[in-house]
Amino acid sequence: MTIGSDLNIILPEIVLSVFAMVALVGAAYGGKDKLGPLLVWATSALMAVLAIWIATGGSGTNVAFNGMFIDDGFSRFAKVTILLSASAVLVMSQDYMAKRGLLRFEYPILVALAAVGMMMMVSAGDLIALYMGLELQSLALYVVAALRRDSVKSTEAGLKYFVLGALSSGLLLYGASLAYGYSGTTLFSGIVQTAEEGHVLLGLLFGIVFLIAGLAFKVSAVPFHMWTPDVYEGSPTPVTAFFATAPKMAAMGLFARLLFDAFGNAVADWSQVIALLSLLSMFLGAVAAIGQRNIKRLMAYSSIAHMGYALMGLAAGTQLGVQAMLIYMAIYVTMNVGTFAFILMMERDGAPVVDIDALNMYSKAEPGKALAMLVLLFSLAGVPPMLGFFGKLYVLRAAYEGGLAWLAVAGVVASVIGAFYYLRIVYYMYFGEEREALDRTNPPVLWGFLMVSAVIMVAGIINMFGVEGAAVAAAEVLVN
Amino acid sequence: MSSYLLSAVCFIPALAALIMALLLRGDDEAAQLNAKRFALVTTTVTFIISLGILVQFDAGNTGFQFVEEGEWLLGLKYKMGVDGISVLFVLLTTFIMPLTILASWGVTDRVKEYMIAFLLLETLMLGVFMALDLVLFYLFFEAGLIPMFLIIGIWGGKERIYASFKFFLYTLLGSVLMLVAMVAMFTDAGTTDIEVLLTHEFSYQSFSLLGIQIVGGMQTLMFLAFFASFAVKMPMWPVHTWLPDAHVQAPTAGSVVLAAILLKMGGYGFLRFSIPMFPVGSEIMTPLVLWMSAIAVVYTSLVALVQEDMKKLIAYSSVAHMGFVTMGIFATTQQGLDGAIFQMLSHGFISAALFLCVGVIYDRMHTRDINAYGGLVNRMPAYALVFMLFTMANVGLPGTSGFVGEFLTLMGTFPVNTWVTAVACSGVIFSAAYALWLYRRVVFGDLIKESLKTINDMSTREKVTFAPLIVMTILLGVYPSLVTDIIGPATAALKDHYDTALAAAEAATQMASN
Repeated sequence: MTIGSDLNIILPEIVLSVFAMVALVGAAYGGKDKLGPLLVWATSALMAVLAIWIATGGSGTNVAFNGMFIDDGFSRFAKVTILLSASAVLVMSQDYMAKRGLLRFEYPILVALAAVGMMMMVSAGDLIALYMGLELQSLALYVVAALRRDSVKSTEAGLKYFVLGALSSGLLLYGASLAYGYSGTTLFSGIVQTAEEGHVLLGLLFGIVFLIAGLAFKVSAVPFHMWTPDVYEGSPTPVTAFFATAPKMAAMGLFARLLFDAFGNAVADWSQVIALLSLLSMFLGAVAAIGQRNIKRLMAYSSIAHMGYALMGLAAGTQLGVQAMLIYMAIYVTMNVGTFAFILMMERDGAPVVDIDALNMYSKAEPGKALAMLVLLFSLAGVPPMLGFFGKLYVLRAAYEGGLAWLAVAGVVASVIGAFYYLRIVYYMYFGEEREALDRTNPPVLWGFLMVSAVIMVAGIINMFGVEGAAVAAAEVLVN
Repeated sequence: MSSYLLSAVCFIPALAALIMALLLRGDDEAAQLNAKRFALVTTTVTFIISLGILVQFDAGNTGFQFVEEGEWLLGLKYKMGVDGISVLFVLLTTFIMPLTILASWGVTDRVKEYMIAFLLLETLMLGVFMALDLVLFYLFFEAGLIPMFLIIGIWGGKERIYASFKFFLYTLLGSVLMLVAMVAMFTDAGTTDIEVLLTHEFSYQSFSLLGIQIVGGMQTLMFLAFFASFAVKMPMWPVHTWLPDAHVQAPTAGSVVLAAILLKMGGYGFLRFSIPMFPVGSEIMTPLVLWMSAIAVVYTSLVALVQEDMKKLIAYSSVAHMGFVTMGIFATTQQGLDGAIFQMLSHGFISAALFLCVGVIYDRMHTRDINAYGGLVNRMPAYALVFMLFTMANVGLPGTSGFVGEFLTLMGTFPVNTWVTAVACSGVIFSAAYALWLYRRVVFGDLIKESLKTINDMSTREKVTFAPLIVMTILLGVYPSLVTDIIGPATAALKDHYDTALAAAEAATQMASN
């Protein structure tokens, strides 16, 4: 292995990092915030191009830097999802941020750096690489959460996220040190060999638990979810949209990478822990959202519940489980992009509205948008024939085949409870009483994303646009 | 033999809904009329095409016909087909839909959306009866909730919000357990193809779960999971409480569809899944189901007796009639099965007509309170005649289709469980009591209410709506072989399959114990 071939493998990451640094220097010395809109488009375009490059260009499994960095089907699947959703969210932010004077040039750059961190996470083959990617992502996210400097809520969100995030990083690092101590290596491929007869050493088991706790914080799985509603509510809405999509996929990817690459020989040791996280997340997400009137907080609990379903796939500990998790996440991200496009359009007299009461009789004023949102809501609730149902079907099947029938039953019960709050939004939009209406603005970008996302939820049931095949291939590499 | 006939029938309404959603603009009177006409033409055309299925259907062949098959996601299949059990439900659906559109001619609020919802609903209901893949079935079965939720919630009465949420969540909770059972079947048999699953033998080895001994093993658990879904959908006592709410609050056309078609999905599910796929589980649960049916017949008839709301009364009578259906199905005798299907079809015509009857006077007086009426015969002779015919059919008067269904189910159950039959028979008397009393209070007596003095008799449109229902009710009443010739071979095959499977299971158990 020469350094040249190593660099070749991480070329997409290098391109994105160099772009971010050049943009940073250029903007700092050049036009500053005047360059904001341009940078948003450029970053977004670059990420989309990189996604296509990774999707079409990569093949096989390539390992760089002695196993620190792994480029395989699994990481490519995750990276494409991350880059595409980040790119979409950036474009969607443009209008909202510009109106409120938040379109600083740092914003797209921070998103780009976060994306580099995420790409690093899903490719990590070593505990150190894992931590590096995770922190690069997290630090960028702490800052964008507090992007609205003059708002108390936004600053509070940033600070809360930072303090709790630091705590979770600490837990994770402690787990990593235990793992290193008991296995003598930080490489996943080395750790995996220490398992004997399907179990790991007791000390390593503690390491797994701490690592899982740290990662559960990142995917906001119960009981490490406390930060989610506050951060979702406090951050500017486009940032919330970003939190709900790309970082979730990245953290889930890392979760799977760590569990299977480093502890794949001891599935029984961690499967029950993940199953418990999944169970708690599904129920808390379903129950706690019922009381929410703020659509951003509601979406926070909704994402907690969805992470519960995705974790159900991981808990199965099988190839089908990973495949189910990947498909679930891809569908989840698509739904969320559409839903947040809708939320970004909720304005009255130019000011953002987050109260779901405001949607009263929305269907009369905007039948098209209301219908698209209806499709997305039923999809989020997992009601057939929407694509969201197929995501649930996949994870249920994986859980059942993995011997977790009880978890599957609990999952469907939680989905009925969760259906209630999605239905309530439908109720406001379609059955409510007419009140002061929302603005009838239709920024073409947001409108487009909403419609495309809704159409995918319906048309996707025909063949899922080939995502299924990619997920099968991705899962095959990870679990063997 | 055109191989895409079923898909065509199934998806024409959805296609029409799409066209309407994209092309029809405006909300003035002309646009509303266009929407109504378009929907009426679509449903009528669908009905005419669906007659092609009946014409080409070979009753002697007990397998699936008009089968279409294609690969789909996740190893699932897109597979459609009909057999003797399902073909008439397909026809019932396409037959009822144009009538519901006609009955909705008076709707003025968001007409386009209303028609789109009904057209989509038709596609989904047809899909339920045609699907030959578990997940495809589940997809149609569940998706039907969405348009119905909107129909009740948007165009319903005063308490529509409560009713629509109750309807949706109640039925969803029932079906999700079925979904888990379907996943289990998929894992066990390796396929979701219903045709294959019908011949697959699911394990009936007893095992203990959380310290409870499960007799009949997986079959019993799967039966219970499916039962949770179909019993709610049916609806069976004691999980019927969503139905009166949904019926009362739904607009007339919504009630018609609910009573005539959606309620049949439960019974169809029992015939398609529970009995043939889980024979051992079914046999273990049969006494329970039979008694639940008998209680349903008597209890809901008594409840119907004290109702003050006409729609609620008919809703409870529907639950009672569905009690006969489940009784007939789980007797698993030839007459019982024939009777159950016959009763479902006949109830489809009669209950639809009764809800339309309520709709006729509701459109004029805007109340469903029985006490607000009386002496209608003086001003509405034609209406009185139609209402009487369907009241009698509901009671089960010989010569109407209602008699045949009830009689066959009772006759089929008698040799299996005499006590259940005896209890259910008393329900026949109660049903005569509530139906005739309702009729007396609404139609007979002197016309003393001021508000009723100007009420008009049925319009031509309303008469046209009722005509096909009258014809079918009497035709099937005097010539039931029209139906039994088609379903007979299929039910005979079902009964054979059930008996053989049970005998095999018993032989295997004895072998094991020796």
